[in-house]
Amino acid sequence: MSTTQGRGRLGKRLSPYLLTLPGGLWLLIFFLVPLFTMLSLSLQTGNPITGVFHLTWHWAEFGQQLSLYHTQFLRSVAYALTATALDLVIAYPLAYWITFHAGKKKNFFLLMLIIPFFVSFVIRTLAWEFILSDQGFVLGTLKNLHLLPQSFHVLATGTAVVTGIAYNFLPFAALPLYVSLEKIDRSLVEAANDLYASKRQAFLRVILPLTIPGIFAAFLLTFVPALGDYVNASILGGTNTTMIGNIIQNQFLFNSDYPAASAMSAILMAAVLIGIFAYAKMLGARTIEEYV
Amino acid sequence: MNEEEEIQFPGLDPALWQGASDRRLSRRDLLRYAGAGAGAVGLSAFLAACGTSNNSGSSGGTGANAVGSTSWWAKQKLHHQVDFANWPYYIDTSHGKHPSLEQFTNQTGIKVTYSEPIQDNTSFFQKIKPALQAGQSTGYDIVVLTNNSPVFSQIIQAGWVIPIDHSKMPNFDKYASGLVKNPSYDPGNKYSMAWQSGYTAMAYNTKFIKENITSVQSLFDPKYKGKIGMMSDPQELGSFGLLATGKQPATSTPADWQAAANKLQAQKSLVRSYYDQSYISALKNEDTWISMVWSGDIFQANLSGFKDLKLVIPQEGAMFWTDNMMIPKGAANPLDAMTLMDYVYKPAVQAEIEDYNNYVCPVPAARPIIAHKLKDPTVANSPTVFPDAQMQSLSRTYYQYKNNQSLLQWNNLFLPIIQG
Repeated sequence: MSTTQGRGRLGKRLSPYLLTLPGGLWLLIFFLVPLFTMLSLSLQTGNPITGVFHLTWHWAEFGQQLSLYHTQFLRSVAYALTATALDLVIAYPLAYWITFHAGKKKNFFLLMLIIPFFVSFVIRTLAWEFILSDQGFVLGTLKNLHLLPQSFHVLATGTAVVTGIAYNFLPFAALPLYVSLEKIDRSLVEAANDLYASKRQAFLRVILPLTIPGIFAAFLLTFVPALGDYVNASILGGTNTTMIGNIIQNQFLFNSDYPAASAMSAILMAAVLIGIFAYAKMLGARTIEEYV
Repeated sequence: MNEEEEIQFPGLDPALWQGASDRRLSRRDLLRYAGAGAGAVGLSAFLAACGTSNNSGSSGGTGANAVGSTSWWAKQKLHHQVDFANWPYYIDTSHGKHPSLEQFTNQTGIKVTYSEPIQDNTSFFQKIKPALQAGQSTGYDIVVLTNNSPVFSQIIQAGWVIPIDHSKMPNFDKYASGLVKNPSYDPGNKYSMAWQSGYTAMAYNTKFIKENITSVQSLFDPKYKGKIGMMSDPQELGSFGLLATGKQPATSTPADWQAAANKLQAQKSLVRSYYDQSYISALKNEDTWISMVWSGDIFQANLSGFKDLKLVIPQEGAMFWTDNMMIPKGAANPLDAMTLMDYVYKPAVQAEIEDYNNYVCPVPAARPIIAHKLKDPTVANSPTVFPDAQMQSLSRTYYQYKNNQSLLQWNNLFLPIIQG
């Protein structure tokens, strides 16, 4: 009796650890090991040709990279923020409409939202490059009709890059918003109406606050990949639209300067983490105080 | 003459193959980005995963029995297979097969595993570097690298290329053009044999530009603001900056580089974008009207219907580059590789490859075969495929980096222009 009980207790105590083991191992092998390799690499110096680097705790690398590439760094933040804002503004009404007004066709509309994204990211971006080309069938036609000046162009501008990013990451904003809107208990909205709230008030004081976690998720899922993106800038961009992702790629491929590339990646990662924690704290605090 | 009889064409007119495929056009653009879909977030983790090894590049010794020495080569045997890594769309292709290679297999019994994993020199080098560092086989017996890339001298300096066997290249000795024999980037062809060469020149769209363009200065002409395409490769861009400031890239000094960088920086507001291989679609889409180009691309574009694009070899000269076959250290089948590398120097074989490629042919004797047997006078008479005396006098060679310091100095001057 007592031994069975003992084994039961042991099993009970170990089970949480055993259950987290697969996930934990995954995290260790595919996240922590690469992460620490990268951090260690960013502090190494050596010969890029033979690829022999030694850990020399070369902290100056971070300062050097920041002073060389702060323009591109700030530009990436600005582009990513603009694209994310654009996505939220487009995706919220979209998700709202699908949730409350699409009726039985909800799944159909959700599918329509995702289907374009079954095509490779790069192919879609290249397609935009073709569609928006200066003498292509859109701009070319408008120019022939004298609706646009000959010098007008969309490609090779910052706007093209931001729009490209916004387009490519739209579902990442729309889907979390849909999930959080869908979760809302309809009786809460009815209660607001019963208490003489106007439609606008019901939205602003009931629906919107309840979807803040969704907005946060949508923001994260869009902003983080957008910040590191380098495909849109290299396909749709021009001379002054380089993003930090392009810089990292070039440091890695052209200069074979792994420490520089790693340092830059580490800076990017740290900036994102700090930003996200600050943002979560801000939103989280509001949510707790006012709405729970 | 015997060689001419060796090639049988499997039913299809070779002129058709080149029209049906637009080879080097998409060589670097589509494929280069194919991996990008994996997600930009993954980039830092990807970088991290490519950590370094502490193995120093093994020199392989210098003794009489060292890898690549005469006695080492004497011990090598044929294994009847060879792994050839090349750039996409860079060999004659018909119905998914490569007639020249099939012919080689029929004649020698050596089976060729032909793959096209190289989209640009540096990233390919990064891929095979871990194996080379660890002293293991890269899985390839022949790789093709460009002399204008820093990677070319890096891989030799690190001792990762097997010196080729000069007793087993009779066709090369007999037929190779002076342009690729004993080149300055590999004196005495110690490590390499040319696959194809080409020019980095310029082209413009005659639909929009009516004047006759003859000089690289036209790339700096404010008239064409926003319609000028430059290349994003720092070696290509820097070399053109040097030509524009009247310097010879091969003999230039860091002071010249600075002047060239200043000139390119001033040009920046006129430039639409700094392109990789995608410059060709920008030209075809008419996003750019005048651009730096690779000669074969324009030749192909003209053949495939873009007749308004005109290739210009500027009076200041055009950069002449060569893609070279090399045997990486650790190759499993070096003798088979040698056999194939020399085989493509047979005029009849080269004619077939060249009629597809349209870059600069390393075998002048292939010309009459292309003209008469393959009946393709356009290719045979093109000065950018078979350079004439005038063309050769306009050929410029790239600066060879003395060491990593000079490479970094170069990149630090020209990369900021591209990455602004």
